[in-house]
Amino acid sequence: MTDVTMRIWRGDASGGDFESYTVSQNEGEVVLDVIHRIQATEAPDLACRWNCKAGKCGSCSAEINGKPRLMCMTRMDQLPEGEVTVTPMKTFPIIRDLVTDVSFNYVQAQKVPALLPPPMPEGGYRMFQEDVERGQEFRKCIECFLCQDVCHVIRDHEDNKANYSGPRFFIRYAELEMHPLDQNDRRHLVREEMGLGYCNITKCCTEVCPEHIHITDNAIIPLKERVVDAAYDPIAWLGRTIRRKKNRSAADAAVQPAP
Amino acid sequence: MAVMESSTKVVLGGTRGGPGVATLRKDRWWLQPVVTMSVLTAFVIYSTWAAFQNRNYFVGANVHRDLVSPFYSPCLTTHCVAGSTVGFVFGLGSLSPALLILIFPLGFRLTCYYYRRSYYRAFWWSPPSCAVADAHVAYSGETRFPLIMQNLHRYFFFAGLIFNSLLTYDAVRAFQQPGLGWGVTVGTVVLCVDAALLWAYSLSCHACRHLCGGNLKNFSEHPLRYRFWKLLTPLNAKHMNLAWTSLIFVALTDVYVRLVASGALTDYKIF
Repeated sequence: MTDVTMRIWRGDASGGDFESYTVSQNEGEVVLDVIHRIQATEAPDLACRWNCKAGKCGSCSAEINGKPRLMCMTRMDQLPEGEVTVTPMKTFPIIRDLVTDVSFNYVQAQKVPALLPPPMPEGGYRMFQEDVERGQEFRKCIECFLCQDVCHVIRDHEDNKANYSGPRFFIRYAELEMHPLDQNDRRHLVREEMGLGYCNITKCCTEVCPEHIHITDNAIIPLKERVVDAAYDPIAWLGRTIRRKKNRSAADAAVQPAP
Repeated sequence: MAVMESSTKVVLGGTRGGPGVATLRKDRWWLQPVVTMSVLTAFVIYSTWAAFQNRNYFVGANVHRDLVSPFYSPCLTTHCVAGSTVGFVFGLGSLSPALLILIFPLGFRLTCYYYRRSYYRAFWWSPPSCAVADAHVAYSGETRFPLIMQNLHRYFFFAGLIFNSLLTYDAVRAFQQPGLGWGVTVGTVVLCVDAALLWAYSLSCHACRHLCGGNLKNFSEHPLRYRFWKLLTPLNAKHMNLAWTSLIFVALTDVYVRLVASGALTDYKIF
């Protein structure tokens, strides 16, 4: 058992500052264990959100030594020597101490037009394994919102929040766009209203994802390429014009009446 | 403190926690952008210098070799060294033929999704690294001119395929040793590796993966395209490595051809 100094942000919307706590640390412990020890010994009023302690509920997101991470999946012995800094997620408004108001994400979630399947055929819907596998990766998302937190589009530019869904929801849009039963077309919607063009592929979302989802390579870039098909590719436009095929507008996709 | 005005509207300006500093990261986050900036700057300086040289880009029959620098292939101007042209030429006066050619590979790499990540971080600091503050007050990403032009990446990819084919032709031609017959020299190997790396880089491109099958909604109805997509997916995962190795190797190929053409180096015959 060794001692460790934890520098933790304490405060709320009216202001705050770092407070240091020196507590014991056992072999194999994670940051959340030490936070709980501080709550049990020195600061019972320290606010921290947590639930499963197994990296599956996505509740204990915070910034450890400046990096967005899950507290329950960050082992103390993997951090560099010296004091450990823990701060709340920077992108979202603070409620208290390490707890932030992540409801921005729930607003964005409400904006995602749901799956729009064709009428049920006799015998039910059928999907083949290769089509099922494609979206499987995206369904691993635990909604920890670390990708949203690290994304500089909203982390450093608060005003962009009004027009930007963020990486977590781009994987949702990608999953729906790649779904063989879906009949909606959200490409103009993600371009015009969900701010896909704001993403400049810096891949930080992929770097911080605790589920190791290839957010950029498998969701955002394929989505950007689909938007190119719909909005920027003159040859694709010519093909659509000849075949008299129209893309669905952002407004149509958002309200999603049956095609 | 409430962020939501209604359940479907984002209200901006909630108070954020943590100190108002650019980053709290303690690791060497600056190392990657510094390395990227150094390598890309070195490449730009070298390629600009090489493009304006307008000499020593072809090793011809006088030394029984048929090697052309990738910076100068295809040589399309009226001032190309004899033996290095492909048959049709443009009247560009005394301008270096490399200036005509480099636009396309440069455009391909400039709009490449991997290089975008790299130079946005290293040169534009938007952001310099993850969880490190963006250096700009306002940000519109790739929604406006000129960055909206990044969406033309697939057209540079198509142009890249033409150049890859020409460089493959050059690599095959490098097996020919005028006056001696066919054989393999160090230069042959260099040109072959260069062409192979450029093909691998192009085929690992995200636009290529999309066009080969990624744009499908339904893999099961397009088994052949699904196979292509599946083949390209692991290659796509190596896109970063291929971007760097092909970039560095294309410069090294030019260096090699330049040294042999100037007489500073002998192109040894392997067999």
